[in-house]
Amino acid sequence: MKLPVWFHKLGSPPYVYALAGKLSPWLGAIGCTLIAVGVFWGLVIAPPDYLQGDAARIIYIHPQTAYIGMQAYVVLAVAAGIGFIWRLKVAHAVAASAAPIGATFTFCALATGSIWGAPTWGTFWEWGDPRIMFELLLLFLFLGYMALRAAFDDREKADRVSAILGVVGVVNVPIIHYSVLWWNTLHQGPTIMQLGAPSMTTDMLIPFLITMFGFMFFFYWVLLDRLRAEIVEREQGARWLRELLAGSRP
Amino acid sequence: MREFFYMGGYAPYVWSAYGITLAALVLNVWWIRRLHRRGLEQARNASDEGEPAPQARVRQL
Repeated sequence: MKLPVWFHKLGSPPYVYALAGKLSPWLGAIGCTLIAVGVFWGLVIAPPDYLQGDAARIIYIHPQTAYIGMQAYVVLAVAAGIGFIWRLKVAHAVAASAAPIGATFTFCALATGSIWGAPTWGTFWEWGDPRIMFELLLLFLFLGYMALRAAFDDREKADRVSAILGVVGVVNVPIIHYSVLWWNTLHQGPTIMQLGAPSMTTDMLIPFLITMFGFMFFFYWVLLDRLRAEIVEREQGARWLRELLAGSRP
Repeated sequence: MREFFYMGGYAPYVWSAYGITLAALVLNVWWIRRLHRRGLEQARNASDEGEPAPQARVRQL
């Protein structure tokens, strides 16, 4: 199979390092602005929920962090798969960068969900709840992936072995999504990603979507920054990096 | 204003949820910055010694 030129370019560490450096500030600015606007809107402007009152304001961060955690895992799995098939170091670096960030978001989703559950479900934690369990599994997949990588001294071996775990674990993502439909659970059903209109009024939907996109931009911002750090770590001693530091590389 | 912070009696829940998330985001950014800076420092120190780091010799593209 013949691969296009841009694909080869994306396999080059110096090219990706420079490209990520150009893109990341924009993503960061957009992400932080959207989060600030969305959070202000959600906490101040949006009305309290008719049933849950102000406790429902957690809806402007909880589904978002959960969704970004899942998205981070998909990024991890796709990058790991590409790295495994085409032996691309940069792709493995993307997968390795996505793991700790995804773990953070998944942790936030579990923490905010737990806090939200206390006043509304009457419990912080429910072991029998499928959504909570598969979300917890997602956190363990991230942590397991990171631990597996750390277990190898040889980076190439770490890349290849961890990629297998990364790709296999992706089956958990649709399971999390459909868990509220497949099983009886305490967790409410999907609000936005369902057939027909979203079951949320417009004055709550707007800040909901603003923070959703905000977290998404934020995720890709820190992903690119982490990728840059990861590339520097992997390319220690490489000529392009020495030239870059010496200022002789444009 | 006081009413805003009171959050209809749900203040501990709402503010802790937002606080944890904000802290996680900020820590992520800080940690990554640190990682990147240290990596660059390490590379700088290695190239100051004049000799390429051992990885450079076995490295193949």
